Amino acid sequence: MTATIEPEVGRARLRKEDARLIAGRTRWTDNLTLPGLLHMAIMRSPLAHARITRVDVSSARQLPGVIAVFTGADLADEQGSLPCAWPITEDMLSPNAPSIAVDQVNFAGEAVAVVVARSAYEAADAIEAIDIDYEDLPVVLDMEAAVADGADLVHADLGTNKSATWVFDSAEAGTGSEVEEAIAGAEVLIERTYRQQRLIPAFMEPRSVMVDPTGEQFTLWSATQIPHILRIMLAMTLSVPEHKVRVIAPDVGGGFGGKLQVTPEEVLTFLVARRLGKPVKYTESRSESILAAHHGRDQLQKLTLSARRDGTVTGLKVELLADMGAYLRLVGPGVPILGAFMFNSIYKFPAYRFVCTNVFTNKTPTDAYRGAGRPEATFAIERLMDELAAELDLDPVAVRERNWIRHEEFPFTTVAGLTYDSGNYEAATARAKELFAYDALRAEQAQRRERGDTVQLGIGTSTFTEMCGLAPSRVLGALAYSAGGWEHAAIRMLPTGKVEVVTGSSPHGQGHETAWSQIVADQLGVPFEDVEVLHGDTQSSHKGMDTYGSRSLTVGAIAVVQAADKVKAKAAKVAAHMLEAAESDVEFAAGAFRVRGAGADATSVSIQDVALAVFAAHDLPEGVEPNLDSEATFDPENFSFPHGTHLCAVEVDTETGRVRIREYVAVDDVGRVVNPLIVEGQVHGGLAQGIAQALFEEAVHDESGTLTTGTLADYLVPSAADLPNFTTDRTETPATSNPLGVKGVGEAGTIASTPAVVNAVVDAVRHLGVSDVQMPCTPLRVWRAIHTGQTDAGGLGGEAGGGLGSMGGTQ
Amino acid sequence: MIPAAFDYVAPTTVDDAVRALSEAGEDAKVIAGGQSLLPVLRMRLAAPSKLIDLGRIPELRGVREDGDTLVIGAMTTHYEVQRDPLVREHALLLACATDTVADPQVRHRGTLGGSLAHADPAGDLLAPALALDAELVVSGMDGRRAVPATEFFTDFFETSLRPGEILCEIRLPKYTGWSAHYEKFNRVAQAWSIVAVAAAVRVENDTIAQARVGLTNMAATPVRATAVEQALIGQPATPEAITEAAQHAAEGTAPTTDGNADVEYRQHLARVLTSRAVTAALST
Ligand SMILES: Cc1cc2nc3c(=O)[nH]c(=O)nc-3n(C[C@H](O)[C@H](O)[C@H](O)COP(=O)(O)OP(=O)(O)OC[C@H]3O[C@@H](n4cnc5c(N)ncnc54)[C@H](O)[C@@H]3O)c2cc1C
Repeated sequence: MTATIEPEVGRARLRKEDARLIAGRTRWTDNLTLPGLLHMAIMRSPLAHARITRVDVSSARQLPGVIAVFTGADLADEQGSLPCAWPITEDMLSPNAPSIAVDQVNFAGEAVAVVVARSAYEAADAIEAIDIDYEDLPVVLDMEAAVADGADLVHADLGTNKSATWVFDSAEAGTGSEVEEAIAGAEVLIERTYRQQRLIPAFMEPRSVMVDPTGEQFTLWSATQIPHILRIMLAMTLSVPEHKVRVIAPDVGGGFGGKLQVTPEEVLTFLVARRLGKPVKYTESRSESILAAHHGRDQLQKLTLSARRDGTVTGLKVELLADMGAYLRLVGPGVPILGAFMFNSIYKFPAYRFVCTNVFTNKTPTDAYRGAGRPEATFAIERLMDELAAELDLDPVAVRERNWIRHEEFPFTTVAGLTYDSGNYEAATARAKELFAYDALRAEQAQRRERGDTVQLGIGTSTFTEMCGLAPSRVLGALAYSAGGWEHAAIRMLPTGKVEVVTGSSPHGQGHETAWSQIVADQLGVPFEDVEVLHGDTQSSHKGMDTYGSRSLTVGAIAVVQAADKVKAKAAKVAAHMLEAAESDVEFAAGAFRVRGAGADATSVSIQDVALAVFAAHDLPEGVEPNLDSEATFDPENFSFPHGTHLCAVEVDTETGRVRIREYVAVDDVGRVVNPLIVEGQVHGGLAQGIAQALFEEAVHDESGTLTTGTLADYLVPSAADLPNFTTDRTETPATSNPLGVKGVGEAGTIASTPAVVNAVVDAVRHLGVSDVQMPCTPLRVWRAIHTGQTDAGGLGGEAGGGLGSMGGTQ
Repeated sequence: MIPAAFDYVAPTTVDDAVRALSEAGEDAKVIAGGQSLLPVLRMRLAAPSKLIDLGRIPELRGVREDGDTLVIGAMTTHYEVQRDPLVREHALLLACATDTVADPQVRHRGTLGGSLAHADPAGDLLAPALALDAELVVSGMDGRRAVPATEFFTDFFETSLRPGEILCEIRLPKYTGWSAHYEKFNRVAQAWSIVAVAAAVRVENDTIAQARVGLTNMAATPVRATAVEQALIGQPATPEAITEAAQHAAEGTAPTTDGNADVEYRQHLARVLTSRAVTAALST
């Protein structure tokens, strides 16, 4: 019997799932097939805002292999409205959100017709044969213009482009004082407007969905992050009884929030399969994914920070416009609200006010994207702290230190009303500075400036925290979110002593199977290899809240631990009976039960022995059920608050504007670590995505609302070749809010890195008169900022240049 | 991303390919490595009725010498060009530029002939071909003809290939002993050039004896920076002389504006990158 001696938790194990994911030895949704499977293709609106005046599908219907063609009118009665689960205010305006447009299109990319054919090829051909006439409506693209008086309207029936305005005020909430007083009495005021450009999640596996309506239940396979939520929402939206729907998320190739959605494509595939009584599959192309899957970020941030001349902050006022796109999607309205509690970050602001207006435009709807609200907030405050330091001619790290919550002050209730349970900003910062050679780089920077070097060096700091582990249900209730934030787990003890762990979390690349196995191996004293983790199928995992918001470990794995506790409690009764001892005299260690104090040689029964005995059930104590299986549902009391200090050094080529990251040091505190390799991977990926926002990615629309960055040749997702070597390290301040001491790590890198990079870029050229460069800091933008002071150069090109991305305009 | 249906043939000789192309009429297209054509088909920006695959024609592939001339078959892949010792020895500039094209997967499929025939102004191999005075040999039903690079590239994605003609080989005078560098400016690895400069120089007694400079993506076609070449010839190989000569780089260019760059910035980049390209070439 292999009793695990070395604890599994903390081991840098290679992931169980790697071989099958990396070698493609798995079936993604698009690889699945069914007898008689039909294929759906979607015709999408080329226009951003128009009335549909005529739809002619007659010739498409005649084409070989075509089974059916449906328009919005055909599906109007059944399609319902796509769900929005986060009505942030009582008076929030939420337009009807069709999966397929019926008489008006509100963004370019919205579905206007679907074809079902025997093959995907025939379906694609038939799309070309559909003829639709449109009558242009005025296009609403710019948020500031959209909220101005007399603006053209996205949804005329709403009478406004404002969906809702959400306010937090520390004076009203009793968590702080009046911000206007702080501003009036300020010795220093930093006023800035920052733009969070629109981003595209660009997960590796495009979305795909297959529906089988031929059984007693509808079975829907989808490349989704949220099989459980999807099931409930389909039931509620399409009036199909919940018990008649089974949702399966097989292996899913990334999501980053982009698959935290109930999509029009899922609804349409379902409706069409139900109508035809035949299985139907839809897989989007990369172009469709870029165009029509929800986008992220897109905020305009008006910021006012007040401080004393010694660098002590006294107040923060945040006024946001957040672009919802054409409709409210699942949690879209709440994304900026997740940021509302994070603008004050790790700093002791005495006064804070946050006002956000959510705005409709004729663009693809926005929703959660890695970090969701928190990257925006962190960017704003970390940029402001650097600006404050520059204004006062103080070291940026020193300004932060002056204002942050000291280690001995935890737990600390912030001006936004959250209680941070733990943190050690001093330790993370000290370690980061050490790894970064901070002083040497500052010296080099001074030399380059003095020499007037064409290549200038800049240093950027980001001392971030974030709230994750979504979420205490009562907090979600207070924020008017429609669901709770608990997570469920079950453990099944098989007769041969093997273990099945059922989790309500829904991994799509994170490595839950490995991490959960490590945790259960320790909890039950069974070998790592003996644990199988089941997920993503509402039939086997019947209860769950799925994976997003860095919640799986801090919420989902705690449910696993609690289920394991119940298994052990049940097993202890049987073990005591087998050892002919009183239950209170029996102890459990390293996978075996023994009589306490009986010495190592004494008779023991392993948990596997107990499992077999329970299976046989020949001789169980009175009143004990022949079953060790247990389940638990955990609702966290608090969020988890990972934090860290990231330092970035960039070289800016002042002749070309090109930015090169020279050093990147990330010291993260994510509490106790279950698997250091997985944590490292999450940090690396997160950094890449945050750096991508700082330097590379931007969804650009032209004046008619056409997305001009419609391929990966124009929407620049960086690859390993574009990123530096990351120096990563950790400090470990255990969370006090959960029994494992863990905090989330899924979003930390993304949240932290964006401001570190932009701060470094600005720092490199601040002496040349630059105090901001809009993201992404493209060579053109940086060069213009240096030479003309313009911070937002570029964007749209009137003509097509060369390269793949421009071919649409030239061929 | 599913292309419209098309017919497909894969002839094994140039004659058969030319015949197939002319028989198939206007809607037919040849396919080489497919690295530019397939995206166009998949995005349904084009729907040729027939594809004539040149991939099975041995005579179109490979590098050989023909006296003072280096001959590269149109179907020679980027990967083969990069690694060919004759190309390194006699046309280093082309090898340097090919090194910067895309990624290994694309380089194993994409071909020199395909790149030149596609005539993407941001393509990296057009400027070297122009700077090195390449001659492009094309074959049609009326026989073979040789087109100088100066006459081959006519506009955005347009060449002087006539309907029914196939590009067969690229002939280059030998630049044995020249040094070269291709300075490419783009935003992420594996992307096309925003601007790039192809420079080849021959130094004699510390003086620049000969110079060739070509510009990528500075007009609808590749541009030969003759004013820079003239200014370099006879100069000592010093930073001052190079910077001075590079000031002429934007003369005669007509770049476009797109999301990455506007006209002024592109012209500025042309000057900066020309200086860097020549400097780097001289230090090879
Ligand atoms: C992801 C990606 C990145 C890329 N990055 C770069 C880059 O950085 N720099 C760069 O320069 N290129 C880049 N390319 C393009 C690549 O270099 C292609 O190989 C090249 O553009 C076309 O060559 P091909 O052999 O694939 O031609 P194909 O795609 O097969 O054909 C292209 C066109 O030329 C015609 N054609 C091809 N061969 C002949 C012939 N012998 N005679 C007549 N007509 C012919 C075809 O009919 C077609 O119209 C990239 C491509 C991809 C997919």
